[in-house]
Amino acid sequence: MKAWDRVLNARNVNRPLSSDYIKALFDDFVELHGDRLYKDDAAIIGGIATLGGMPVTVIAQEKGKNLKEKVRRNFGSPNPEGYRKSLRLMKQAEKFGRPIITLVDTQGAYCGLGAEERGQGEAIARNLMEMSSLKVPIITIVIGEGGSGGALALAVADRVWMLENAIYSILSPEGFASILYKDSTKAKEAAEVMKLTAQDLYELDVIEKIIEEPGAGAHESFEAIALNITALLIEEISVLKAMPIEDMLEERYARYRKFL
Amino acid sequence: MANIFKKTKYVKMNVVSKQEAPSVPSGLWVKCNNCGEVIYKEDFHSNLKICGSCEKHFRLDSSTRISMVLDEDSFEPMDEDLQTRNVLDFPGYDKKIKGLKESTHLNEGVVTGTGAIDGNKVAFGVMDSRFMMGSMGAVVGEKITRLIEKATEESLPLIIFTASGGARMQEGIISLMQLAKTSAALSRFNDAGGLYITVLTDPTSGGVTASFAMLGDIILAEPGTFIGFAGPRVIMQTIKQELPEGFQRAEFLKEHGFVDKIVARAEIKETLSQLLMLHGF
Ligand SMILES: [Zn+2]
Repeated sequence: MKAWDRVLNARNVNRPLSSDYIKALFDDFVELHGDRLYKDDAAIIGGIATLGGMPVTVIAQEKGKNLKEKVRRNFGSPNPEGYRKSLRLMKQAEKFGRPIITLVDTQGAYCGLGAEERGQGEAIARNLMEMSSLKVPIITIVIGEGGSGGALALAVADRVWMLENAIYSILSPEGFASILYKDSTKAKEAAEVMKLTAQDLYELDVIEKIIEEPGAGAHESFEAIALNITALLIEEISVLKAMPIEDMLEERYARYRKFL
Repeated sequence: MANIFKKTKYVKMNVVSKQEAPSVPSGLWVKCNNCGEVIYKEDFHSNLKICGSCEKHFRLDSSTRISMVLDEDSFEPMDEDLQTRNVLDFPGYDKKIKGLKESTHLNEGVVTGTGAIDGNKVAFGVMDSRFMMGSMGAVVGEKITRLIEKATEESLPLIIFTASGGARMQEGIISLMQLAKTSAALSRFNDAGGLYITVLTDPTSGGVTASFAMLGDIILAEPGTFIGFAGPRVIMQTIKQELPEGFQRAEFLKEHGFVDKIVARAEIKETLSQLLMLHGF
């Protein structure tokens, strides 16, 4: 399968979104709102839930189902307040010893006037720095699109997994083509050289696991995928919880330190 | 340094050039693209590439920056032998790197090492916009990270001058990972109680803004510096409206609370020295 087909699949209108996964993977979900500084960013859903009976903090980028929802959720492109809400909930998770599960599905952090005024770069940078040393396990799953620093700001984790048809890259193929080929219509060519598929990223050691999507994609096999993810998460969290915190943080540091 | 403030005024020509660098009407003269002033080249350089008329700060190369900030002959470079890899097998990338190495005599878009500011040893990094616009690929990320780790090990204050278009597209996801790598190293430096000062210079954007540039304990910026996450063109395409005057300039960031202090080029060394003193150095 061509990389571009993965891109199309990752953007398929019927592809399950974070809100679907939150319902399927967790019980007792309580959504928590706001960054305590400015506002609540609907592009990111955050809260507390149980996973196999264990309390966890869940943070997820949500693109929205229909047009009205998409607009309300800014098509899943967070503003700084979204990243600051995420960090607040992650710090809260650390305080109460809850593992953190993040779901990534964004074309990127929002490129707007207000986002710049309120320090988009600072918000992302702070998440990267803080997540690298949070004293609870963090597992990230890229479920659709993982675009740029806007995705990474939820993906400094002990384990990063990707769905088979998800993509994760420095920039959208359109943006990459626009910069390097001076032609955004060459996104298809760009996708083939960018190494943005789950398989590419597994080979580059950027992710630890590829979650299979039986059939034509997650929209056709959601139940099976959700069951699989639930089992994988429960197992991996128990592995991480069994590690001394210092070892876990050392491993997390090395996870990013190795890229040269 | 004696004639930093010497100005030589000549006839003002109201022609605005679109280039970033001042244009060169003849070998001995440069024309400021901001105010149109024609300046004697020697004065322009002795004035640290600041227009004597409108005070626009033009971009500086890393070696001028080093001689401007560090004590004479105190700089000891690190990691000059790291080799850029073409991880995406991107056509033309190896050749481009090779050409830039030859023309700039740099190994990559950042120069790192140790040096002294008024006798105080510091870990010092300076990005160079001549090398692929100071973009951050694996080597830039590695040099920055090693510098942070050295500062952590030796309890040195850390000073980084940023100048970057952001993450280097040609190295794809490996460039993106450098944001996490450098930020994680800074987290450890923080835990060790280290002092980190960033000086944002034109331009500071994208993945560098979204990592080590914005993580300083103290964030300084040169006047007029472009500082942003997204570029103005991308923002205009996204929001379909014009951007306000001065948007994403250092003064704008200070007003919005993201820069501690704007410092003119000629006063940077003195300001850094004072901040070091205030932290017990
Ligand atoms: Zn001028």
